[in-house]
Amino acid sequence: MTPTRVAFAAILGKDLRAELRTLQSLPAMALFAVTTFVIFRFGLDRTALSGNLAAGVLWVTLLFAAILGINRLFVAEREEGGFDAIRLAPIDRTAVFAAKAAALLVYLVMLELIVVPVFAVFFLDSAAALAPLALVLLLADLGLAATGALISSMAVNSRARDLLAPLVLLPLAVPLSIAATGAIEPLLAVGGPGYERFGAWLTVLGLYDLIFLLVGYAVFDFLLED
Amino acid sequence: MSTAIELRGLRRNFGDVPVLDDIDVTLGTGESLVVLGPNGAGKTTLLRILATLLRPGGGEVRVLGARLPGDAWKARGRIGFLGHEPLLYRDLSGRENLRFHAKLHGLRGTEAERRIDTLLAAVGMERRAEQHVAELSAGMRQRLAVCRCVLHEPELLLLDEPDSNLDAEGRELARELIGPGERRTRVLVTHDPERALPDADQVLRLGAGGRVAVA
Repeated sequence: MTPTRVAFAAILGKDLRAELRTLQSLPAMALFAVTTFVIFRFGLDRTALSGNLAAGVLWVTLLFAAILGINRLFVAEREEGGFDAIRLAPIDRTAVFAAKAAALLVYLVMLELIVVPVFAVFFLDSAAALAPLALVLLLADLGLAATGALISSMAVNSRARDLLAPLVLLPLAVPLSIAATGAIEPLLAVGGPGYERFGAWLTVLGLYDLIFLLVGYAVFDFLLED
Repeated sequence: MSTAIELRGLRRNFGDVPVLDDIDVTLGTGESLVVLGPNGAGKTTLLRILATLLRPGGGEVRVLGARLPGDAWKARGRIGFLGHEPLLYRDLSGRENLRFHAKLHGLRGTEAERRIDTLLAAVGMERRAEQHVAELSAGMRQRLAVCRCVLHEPELLLLDEPDSNLDAEGRELARELIGPGERRTRVLVTHDPERALPDADQVLRLGAGGRVAVA
């Protein structure tokens, strides 16, 4: 058997190299998010947002932008025979899940490095919340990456994959969304960041991450079978 | 001589439609089996089952000593599969694709690079190795696919119309790598019996519904 870390690095490296070369996912995700912020700015007719409204606008925009990347996560495997190549190799298939989740995590972090500053310019009075916000988003991204890799692998073989991924993902992301917006809301409160129940929401996010990483580890082998 | 492939009463359906029905084959190590039959006879399905890519629907299947589907992991990595798709990523170069497959099969470093260089030279692709696969012709992709198939020095070659898209030169070069040879066990699906039959130790003719027409 090929060591799992070698297979993980090979698949992750291949995905990142292909994305750098083709720019098929990240630019679309970023453009979608920035456009959505513009629409919210004029739709709500507000130059500043705070509290739960700010948390909702930020999280929902990031979640929908993530779906664009999730939809494309396994497209090369399906259209160019990568699934067969991977199934022919003597590797632990959880390496595929881990590599795909890691690739999605990289896309999400890159997306946020681009669009969170845009959100701050559009809607926030100060940048004081950005550091703790980064911690919340990183934990939320980990859960979204695990869930997204799992759902994308299931949806990719369906003709209706563009519909199936969001329809299955969004209900699964409800607990993640509640915890993420719960943690973000006090950070974006009027008068500067607050930390009420911040630790509790981070714990919920961590538990969500752990559960879906374990689910992916447990079931991914079966998802690749015919 | 040890047995490389043993099929007893192999069946496979897609839905209610039988694709393979009661196939028996015993193939020794180093032998070549040529599979013939009309379109839809189940030739590709048979190859994909042997490659561990499809589960058998019934019967007993042993490949390289591993009982499928339960022990498929024991056979993976020892099989070279050349199907209708080249299994190459379009946005990577030929060399990057071969490096990727080498890593998946546990080949690394100078050993992998040496093997890749040797294979690229063997199929006349050393000058095109840095081009993206999307920019290559179908024949050149097939040459790379032949390299990918034998990169990890498999014990068993499963070849589904390996000459597709290859010109005369390509066919001759590929033959060195995937043609008959000592200790090279092969299952070859083809529509060109004139070329394949002289090298065959056994022939399996499939008819409609995957039944053995003539064994």
